[in-house]
Amino acid sequence: MNVLLWAAVVIIGGAGSVIRFLVDGAVAASTRREFPFGTLAINVSGALILGFVTGLALGHDQALLAGTAAVGSYTTFSTWMFESERLGEEHQLGKVAANVLVSLVLGVAAAALGKLIGAHL
Amino acid sequence: MPPDPAGDAAGAAVAGVTTGGDGSAGQTRTWRAFPRIDRQEIAAVFAGGALGTLARTALAEAFPHPPTAWPWPTFTVNLVACFLLGYFVTRLLERLPLSSYRRPLLGTGLCGGLSTFSTMQVEILGMIGAHDWGLAAGYAAASITAGYAAIYLATAMVRRVRVRA
Repeated sequence: MNVLLWAAVVIIGGAGSVIRFLVDGAVAASTRREFPFGTLAINVSGALILGFVTGLALGHDQALLAGTAAVGSYTTFSTWMFESERLGEEHQLGKVAANVLVSLVLGVAAAALGKLIGAHL
Repeated sequence: MPPDPAGDAAGAAVAGVTTGGDGSAGQTRTWRAFPRIDRQEIAAVFAGGALGTLARTALAEAFPHPPTAWPWPTFTVNLVACFLLGYFVTRLLERLPLSSYRRPLLGTGLCGGLSTFSTMQVEILGMIGAHDWGLAAGYAAASITAGYAAIYLATAMVRRVRVRA
């Protein structure tokens, strides 16, 4: 564990968050419906990429940077829950259930698919 | 976070913005907002995300765990991030004067970088792979239930503090 590695974690973490911010804005702008498609797209695509990284079976440092730092910062659990809770406040229980279940099911499926692809490379 | 004695002039100014709606208008707007590239906003997201990611990565490194053990590092950062996000965003939208960079810094950046969805999914996949279905279901259910509750609780805490007109 060295200073350079942690410096890279910081920079990659910042960059991953900025990418999430931009993707969320772009998806939200193109889907004019009151459903958090931006976060869904980010989280499912992130799960696919992290599954892929996991499947590659990289060394410790590479996995830390590509997985934990990059993809980990790109995806978000807190915004997913925040948007679900706000939909709940509006009594849109169908959308709450859809947002929670679709993210979870597609997330695990995407991670499995990514891992499969990564392991066969 | 700047200190905010509830009920100062700034708080009162915000009241006019939020009491008319149900608080959801801001959220809806956010989903629809066209991404405008604002350097200060991007810098704020970057700074918050860097800090959140550093904290999450440090915790993950400090407490490694086998795939069939409860992922405490991920579980903990996700819940802390939910509580903080509920607190920050509710305060910023309903209690504090409009600010262009606090939500990107604290919400999108810090909480987004601190929490992670992808690691949780890969952890669940690992539990399923180990045929530990109970752990997988329990971890998913506990994360979602506690995460939702943390947002709800933080939001309620902020709203308990009245905005003085």
